[in-house]
Amino acid sequence: MFKESNIRKPLILGHKTYHDITQDIVGPIEGPAPKQWKIAFTIALIVALYGVGCIMYLVGVGIGSWGLNKTVGWAWDITNFVWWVGIGHAGTLISAVLLLFRQRWRMAINRSAEAMTIFAVMMAAVFPVFHMGRVWMAYWTLPLPNQFGSLWPNFNSALMWDVFAISTYFSVSLVFWYIGLIPDFATIRDRMTKPRAKKIYSILSFGWSGRAKHWTRFEEVSLVLAGIATPLVFSVHSIVSMDFATSVVPGWHTTIFPPYFVSGAIFSGFAMVQTLLLIMRKTMKLEAYIHLKHIEYMNIVIIVTGSIVGVAYLTELFISDYSGVQYESYAFINRFSGPLAWSYWSMMTCNVISPQLFWFKKLRTNLGFTFAMSIIVNIGMWFERFVIIVTSIHRDYVPAAWGEFKASVIDIGMFIGTIGIFFTLFLLFARFFPVLALNELKTILKTSGESYKNDNKH
Amino acid sequence: MANKVFHVMYDDDQKLLHAAEKLVAQGLRVKEVFSPFPIHGLDPVIGVKRTRLAICSFLYATTGTILSILGTWYFMVSDWDWNIGGKPNFTWIENAPAFVPVMFEFSVFCGAHGMALTYLLRNGTLPGMPATNPDPRTTDDKFVMEINTEDNHQSAQEIESMIRATDVFELSIKDY
Repeated sequence: MFKESNIRKPLILGHKTYHDITQDIVGPIEGPAPKQWKIAFTIALIVALYGVGCIMYLVGVGIGSWGLNKTVGWAWDITNFVWWVGIGHAGTLISAVLLLFRQRWRMAINRSAEAMTIFAVMMAAVFPVFHMGRVWMAYWTLPLPNQFGSLWPNFNSALMWDVFAISTYFSVSLVFWYIGLIPDFATIRDRMTKPRAKKIYSILSFGWSGRAKHWTRFEEVSLVLAGIATPLVFSVHSIVSMDFATSVVPGWHTTIFPPYFVSGAIFSGFAMVQTLLLIMRKTMKLEAYIHLKHIEYMNIVIIVTGSIVGVAYLTELFISDYSGVQYESYAFINRFSGPLAWSYWSMMTCNVISPQLFWFKKLRTNLGFTFAMSIIVNIGMWFERFVIIVTSIHRDYVPAAWGEFKASVIDIGMFIGTIGIFFTLFLLFARFFPVLALNELKTILKTSGESYKNDNKH
Repeated sequence: MANKVFHVMYDDDQKLLHAAEKLVAQGLRVKEVFSPFPIHGLDPVIGVKRTRLAICSFLYATTGTILSILGTWYFMVSDWDWNIGGKPNFTWIENAPAFVPVMFEFSVFCGAHGMALTYLLRNGTLPGMPATNPDPRTTDDKFVMEINTEDNHQSAQEIESMIRATDVFELSIKDY
């Protein structure tokens, strides 16, 4: 059996048995919905419905209802898209990359982080899809045989790469998540007493019975999926960054973009995981499984990726000047001193300066501070995308073509609406799905559980 | 002779593993083990072979690569060659660097989904399939070993006494 050093803090606190783990995680699903959940769900649903209303208005009236103009052709829409895709990077990173590195602490957080990934990618997809205007023709992005020529999509285009990257990422993350869920649905099915719920969980669990051969295959599939999802995570945000990097717009065509976007994505993704988990562990009483050590580890990831992002900002700034190209140089001068300088400095404060406070152990193990910081980082990362997109294009090459961007009610409504839809989906997940990977947690109980670790001292 | 099926329940994975080692050493064949999580080290004891799903995944991914090469060649070079910003499009190989992202994504797509489907089909775990675990507690905290008289030359009594000598939690014997 695997032995873990006694110096390491246990990952599962308290004197838990296998049955306790099942009880702690499946128990809340079997009982009635708590009042807090109902309140949160109602609020999220109202916001989501408002967002759906805005989307319907947008489809009816057209893209003109956004604040876009001739100069600023991309603004909140793509900002929100990149922001959501970025958030969607933490889940697969936690479940795939940390699985390959055999980081056992991921087991308490991977399920909800993956759920977050899937919902975030769905929200991301809303923006480019509705940006097409005639959304019912979204399937034109796929290379389907047609009667127009035949006319195929352009595979030289970074936007086309994005279609493939996002759809692959979404579907592979979904499959990865669901394969892990099957055995846990079987646990709920076998415990459930209400006949209708039992029937539903029975269908969801695909008749899983926990046979030895099936478990061998399960572990192999998880490992291989992790192996191929790892380059996938890195490729997806690299490709998203190429939407900008392959263009000829000063401030966009930067070779540093792929690694810079990927670390930014992990940075914002972990911040969102913190936001969600800090609430979830408290309301669902999961403190024994998601405790200070997990939160500290995630904060360490945040400080590392935040620092990489900080270095990237400075490199970008230096290179723009060093390039000797006046357009390039001006794009950056305009960023920190132009009319949108407030967004640049908000980004710098939120993403580069404030996460440095996590160097203090006292702060990175403080729950309240971590929660506040997770919100700050998410705001900062939204501004990062806004800065890159809007400030690079709002002052065009010719001063006569300079423009400004003002967000319309529909811009704001759609953004807030997607947050509402995201939380609606996440709350449904927290209510009806096993929020922690039961079967995985049980495998580490004897190596990283508190009571077992103390017994093993020698 | 009627087949007798022994469902031997243990309340700990290590107890089951030790029992399985002991029984197999005594010449018994363990037909199946039902557990709430994978028990490491059990497979060689009860004779479960290594799965070849990883090889399948590689083959599916390679199929994806080939299909994406054929696709990009047909769409962009053969069927309707586009001149986009003067990018070279006379042969596939000239234009290939621009196709790498799509080739990569499509290979991952095929590798992951092909393997996942194969996994579900080989397991027989599909929507609506009935559960076959002998006791609902095996998805919670109990571990069950299935032993048949059909697979073993020992008599039912002999098997039972061998099983009783291990750290059993519960034993159920059924005739089929």
